[in-house]
Amino acid sequence: MNVVKNLCLASALSVLAIGTSTSWAALPMKDPLNSPMWEYMSQQYFADDSVAFSDAVSVISADHAEDSMNVPIMVDASGLENVQEILVFADLNPITTVLRFFPNEMQPKIGFRIKVQQGTPVRAAVKTTDGHWHVGGTWVNAAGGGCTAPSVGSGNVDWASRLGETSGRFFASNHDEGRMRFRVMHPMDTGLADGIPAFYIEQIKVADASGNEVGVIMPYEPIAENPVFTVNTPGNGPLTLSGRDNNGNTFEAEIAR
Amino acid sequence: MKHSPLLFSRLLFRPLQQSSLQFSALRFYSLRYNPLRYIANSINAWRYSAAIGLLLSMLSAHVNAADFDYQLTASEVKPDVYVVGGVAGDLTFKNGGNILNTGFIVAEQGVIVIDVGPSRLYGEQLRALIARTTDKPVIQVYITHQHPDHFFGLQAFEGVDTAALPGTISDLKLLAGDYSDNMYRLIGNAMLGTEIVLPKSEVLPGVVEVGGRSIELLALGGHTASDLAVFDKASGVLFAGDLVFHQRAPTTPSADIPLWLESLAKLKSVPYSVLVPGHGPVSENATPIDETADYVDWLLTTLQSLAEQGMSMAEALQQKIADRFASLVVVQNEYERSVVHLYGNIEEGLLPPIE
Repeated sequence: MNVVKNLCLASALSVLAIGTSTSWAALPMKDPLNSPMWEYMSQQYFADDSVAFSDAVSVISADHAEDSMNVPIMVDASGLENVQEILVFADLNPITTVLRFFPNEMQPKIGFRIKVQQGTPVRAAVKTTDGHWHVGGTWVNAAGGGCTAPSVGSGNVDWASRLGETSGRFFASNHDEGRMRFRVMHPMDTGLADGIPAFYIEQIKVADASGNEVGVIMPYEPIAENPVFTVNTPGNGPLTLSGRDNNGNTFEAEIAR
Repeated sequence: MKHSPLLFSRLLFRPLQQSSLQFSALRFYSLRYNPLRYIANSINAWRYSAAIGLLLSMLSAHVNAADFDYQLTASEVKPDVYVVGGVAGDLTFKNGGNILNTGFIVAEQGVIVIDVGPSRLYGEQLRALIARTTDKPVIQVYITHQHPDHFFGLQAFEGVDTAALPGTISDLKLLAGDYSDNMYRLIGNAMLGTEIVLPKSEVLPGVVEVGGRSIELLALGGHTASDLAVFDKASGVLFAGDLVFHQRAPTTPSADIPLWLESLAKLKSVPYSVLVPGHGPVSENATPIDETADYVDWLLTTLQSLAEQGMSMAEALQQKIADRFASLVVVQNEYERSVVHLYGNIEEGLLPPIE
């Protein structure tokens, strides 16, 4: 019944969309990645918001998830103005939400690594201040190839003593902007492995010397163990990172140069 | 770092030795948003049972299907020394994992085998090929390294002394199960009935007499932690294992490139007349060694330079591969895999700890 109702609503909305000469299509839209989950994802994440696929949002990854615990992703929406939020999700992951990023004064561009359960679309939905979502994405296929290594977490026995340890620095950039890369030691447990409850960093605030919030990263369970983030910052620091995990552990680190 | 009180209970709760493998295959069925369940719910019961019926009939056909035929052939590179060559490429259902070179030496008192292929069926078919070539029994098997395309055929060599470097055997004790899962996924039917059989004895470097033949065993490393090269002194044939690739991009899931380059320099000083690489065509000169050294050196230098520029791992994937490597088979795929294997360690050294 629900499905029928939603479909009716959707067709009504598409009629509306056609009627009002905007380029903003209503749900459901044809998914360029042809994912079986797109409709469900769009209902979950965007409900009645206006959403469109956009070439201005790129998601870079490898064709194949060589190490499914460590799949590199780079989201780039620097072609868009007035970005409020970047939401990253993977349609076919058991936990679909990967990360939210509020770039504030940073470039709408972020690099990180994720865990995938199987081949899946990885998408970035970028919300501009006018309320529209611009969606880009790519398929990450499951492992394959030559002497493919099995994917295992490090299972570090010393994880507790190094929890929250941060390392990082700025890298010279060709532009006015700086580039900051940092790593935080954290198991980032998803809660899906036997006997290991979910345990992950859920917020990292980035602030400048005067306490001004330059940006906020909100990781979710699928972010890889000991996460490494790459962001483009206004200037070359110093910036302060303040993090918190879902168990209330906090960490703070100043990246000075 | 401020620890919450919860951390202490977590220390008790989290099994320390358990690998933090996050999304295991079994876990797939207890997902919150399980796409299979989502799809299944939208199929009515009649269709569902019809689908199961179809699946069952497919399965029974599958069991009756003829075993995967590798169509192995042996080419005699020197008198009594044979190479069994595979196709260049990735592991696929179609090639059944036969992307490597195995080999055998017919000595006076028996046959010495170097590597046994990716599956039980390959091992059996290799043994049958040997039996078609000579009446002599197999007396010795050497496994060059731990990678799954080289050792899973051991199941067909029960009753023979099978040997590898100690480091290979200890790594396999940890990894063989995961390798097995991976191989079933990558080569499918060709893996049918393959079980994990490890090499029985450890070898030391040096010259050994096997079946009346002098064999020099070289304990090297770099492609993996322990790489064995086998040199047959009488014929001058050097089986280099995966330290040497030829016309195919080298693989790096267990690589230590500086060590690898040292090993390649050592191989160059071996007085061989025929060089059998782990993957790719046999050669009579040092071209495959130079080619492998050039590629892995370029790979390491390139990744280091990208990390020093502050590139993310995903950006490093987009690096253009140097033109001189364009003709290497599957070079784009292997480059991308290598980024994932190697970049994390390289960048770790460039991110200073914050007090």
